[in-house]
Amino acid sequence: MDYTIKIGGEAGQGIQTIGDSLAKVFSRFGYYVFTHQEYESRIRGGHNFYQIRFSDSPVTASKSVIDILVCLDNESIKAHKKELTLYGTAIYDSKLTKESIDDNRFLNIPLLEMAERFGKNKIMANTVAIGAVLGMLDFPQEVFLNILQENLGKKGGEVVKLNKDSFVAGYEFAKKECLQCAFTITPSGKPKMLMGVNESIGIGAITSGCKFYSAYPMTPSTGIMLFLASKAEEFEIIVEQAEDEIAAINMAIGASFAGMRSMTGTSGGGFALMVEGLSLAAMTETPIVIALAQRPGPATGLPTKTEQADLLFAIHAGHGEFPRVIFAPGSPDQAFYLTNKAFDISQKYQIPAFILTDQYLSDSQWTIDEIDLTKYKHTQYRIRGEKLESIKDYKRHLFTENGISFFGIPGTSTRLIITDSDEHDEEGHITEDPDIRVKMVNKRLHKKWPLIKREMGLPYFYGDSDADIVIVGWGSTYGVIKDSIDILSRNKKIAMMHFSELYPLPDSEDYMNILKKAKKTIGVENNARGQFARLIKTETGFEFDSIINRYDGRPFYSDLLARSINDIIG
Amino acid sequence: MISLADYQGKMPAWCPGCGNYSILRAFKEALIELYIAPHEFTIVSGIGQAGKFPHYLRCNTFNGLHGRTLPVATGIRLANNKMLVIAVAGDGDCYGEGGNHLIHAIRRNIGVKLFVHNNQIYGLTKGQASPTSMEGMFTKNQPFGVLSGQLNPVTLAVALDCSFVARGFAGDINHLKGIMKEAINHKGFALLDILQPCVTFNKVNTYDWYRQRVYPIEGEYNPEDRLSAFKKSLEWGDRIPIGVIYINRRQTFEERIPFLKDRPLIDHELFTDNWSESIKKVLDEFF
Repeated sequence: MDYTIKIGGEAGQGIQTIGDSLAKVFSRFGYYVFTHQEYESRIRGGHNFYQIRFSDSPVTASKSVIDILVCLDNESIKAHKKELTLYGTAIYDSKLTKESIDDNRFLNIPLLEMAERFGKNKIMANTVAIGAVLGMLDFPQEVFLNILQENLGKKGGEVVKLNKDSFVAGYEFAKKECLQCAFTITPSGKPKMLMGVNESIGIGAITSGCKFYSAYPMTPSTGIMLFLASKAEEFEIIVEQAEDEIAAINMAIGASFAGMRSMTGTSGGGFALMVEGLSLAAMTETPIVIALAQRPGPATGLPTKTEQADLLFAIHAGHGEFPRVIFAPGSPDQAFYLTNKAFDISQKYQIPAFILTDQYLSDSQWTIDEIDLTKYKHTQYRIRGEKLESIKDYKRHLFTENGISFFGIPGTSTRLIITDSDEHDEEGHITEDPDIRVKMVNKRLHKKWPLIKREMGLPYFYGDSDADIVIVGWGSTYGVIKDSIDILSRNKKIAMMHFSELYPLPDSEDYMNILKKAKKTIGVENNARGQFARLIKTETGFEFDSIINRYDGRPFYSDLLARSINDIIG
Repeated sequence: MISLADYQGKMPAWCPGCGNYSILRAFKEALIELYIAPHEFTIVSGIGQAGKFPHYLRCNTFNGLHGRTLPVATGIRLANNKMLVIAVAGDGDCYGEGGNHLIHAIRRNIGVKLFVHNNQIYGLTKGQASPTSMEGMFTKNQPFGVLSGQLNPVTLAVALDCSFVARGFAGDINHLKGIMKEAINHKGFALLDILQPCVTFNKVNTYDWYRQRVYPIEGEYNPEDRLSAFKKSLEWGDRIPIGVIYINRRQTFEERIPFLKDRPLIDHELFTDNWSESIKKVLDEFF
């Protein structure tokens, strides 16, 4: 069993409500779920959709074909009719679409009329639609009804009843009228978590002891701030909406200097404004974690669409030479783990650490069985109080063997914590001395760099261990490449190599040997130039045989990607 | 006992006769009179001659970027609201490059004290106009004279309902020390604009120029009356008032954050004993 449902309509029609509810129903029932969304940069109107794939075996990406299409407007019919499978079914309300469709795969359901009759309000059309979809699937009603009770129980019996009546009306109507519906619902497993990457970054940050998050709202990173704000009181985190991204990063640096684990988040344009602050964090050796959720540029670009085009920007951003680490998770559970690692490494080496995502990943949800909390690290590297006081002749930027100097928390002892954005001496005071300059660069960069490289985890290898063909990806393409490997491995010796710990590249020959041994290597990137391929070439001299790029602002779909790979390997 | 020796820092690299020396002197005396030890406060400074200020003292120091003193100071103050945080910037730094941050720091009423060394010129870059340079003043970079209007930071701050607004003069150390102490004791955001002659590059606003004009606010003036404060702030020309111009006692940003009431953020446990349990509860919301 592997079905895809797509809900299309204008912004403001409740697509998200329908999609979120259905996805929750399936994950609660114990299915594996993957959802993704596309929307336009507007509050009302336009064409948006929400796509849900659910299965009794793991799913990690969207397919390009749909089994059930919910059309809340005429545009949805036009745009997505061709994606419907031969046995697929679409529902629409001719009152909303303003026309009737003469196609036996299309079922006209009076969503609005039923909403007014059973729910006493047009807005209940969403609940009718949820009922209709589950009715078409002949799916057990109580899963949704339980969630309804949990979510709306507080609002009183009448609200629950109106929703329930609307739901049942849609359910019964579709079950009775959808003559060609022949979906098979298989037994399910244990209930699963349904989570997006912005939320798992948020949880990862809380778990890592993040106490300060300052940012300026920017799609698609805003979800991280919203999640942390929702937990601010419970976990005592300061979440501050700064006046601009420059303030955001500088505030986070200030809070970090003063002793708190701090983070900021943004997208490409906002990060462009933060770049000077990034350099400041590096010069003052102040730890900071930056979530960079990519979207297509240049400039405002396609503000609500997806792209992986800021990798080289993140690597090279900032004037001067300094170390940084870049992680690019491919799924919510990787994001949780890597956010924790970003905090740990940034604290340990007193450097900036990035978590690179994109719109596709930020607006996707995955099912997760569990998150292993024993894997996270929470070493406290900062020193304070008596321990700080006991260091005679404390110097913030003391020259040491490994380049790392004790970072005291100011105000907790009589030791003074001094730092400067100018080049500085060990104490932290401004200097232009050439010898100190060279020693400081060596401390910040050359001494730390080899140690940082050793911290980087190896790429994830999936598929035939003796593969002829290796598909290489990074970040958000994890799920879609994995899915296409499953499709292609039936008759090919093929494997995936996925990098989520990107920069510096892991310090190992093993993965390079696999690439060199393969008959064909293909890079897959959601950008125009193959930025990761360029990174590999620059760092190792190795060049992929081919690169599959997509840069129309849309994500890869696993069946289409499998076809593209097939076209290359023949 | 805290004495001047406790604050002995590096040898200043300012020009002889620079107004910064008097500001430094007034500041050290204010600290001594308030019994504030070097480790009990942090100075965040920017870039410009004023930016070097904390190096010529002894204290916790974050000498950051040009224009960005206030966001860094805000971050420090939020992480540790028991720490006295003073931002030191010049007129170019704070009124030019960092103008937006000034507006929003005032709105937040964050408990940071901002001392602006306002010499009405760019010193470090050798004599270009600043936002507070007088209209028509000639510099190498303003061949037709300064074309833009002169920014009045005091009026701006009163208009934004800044909770403490004052003006000092580097030529009157005792008076300056007094308002520095008032600013430090004020619980919300404080702007102290300090008129400071630049002996090398500003040939208009000299010691004499200021001395002929500045007068201390005395008598029946009520700084809590916003309208009269606004009127007072507009005085510039033949007579320039120095002293506390406006005070309001609205709640500070920190006071509005419930969990900062008892102890500063840095004294909160990073990982409590039941940490995993709390995280598990959050994860359960996703089932």
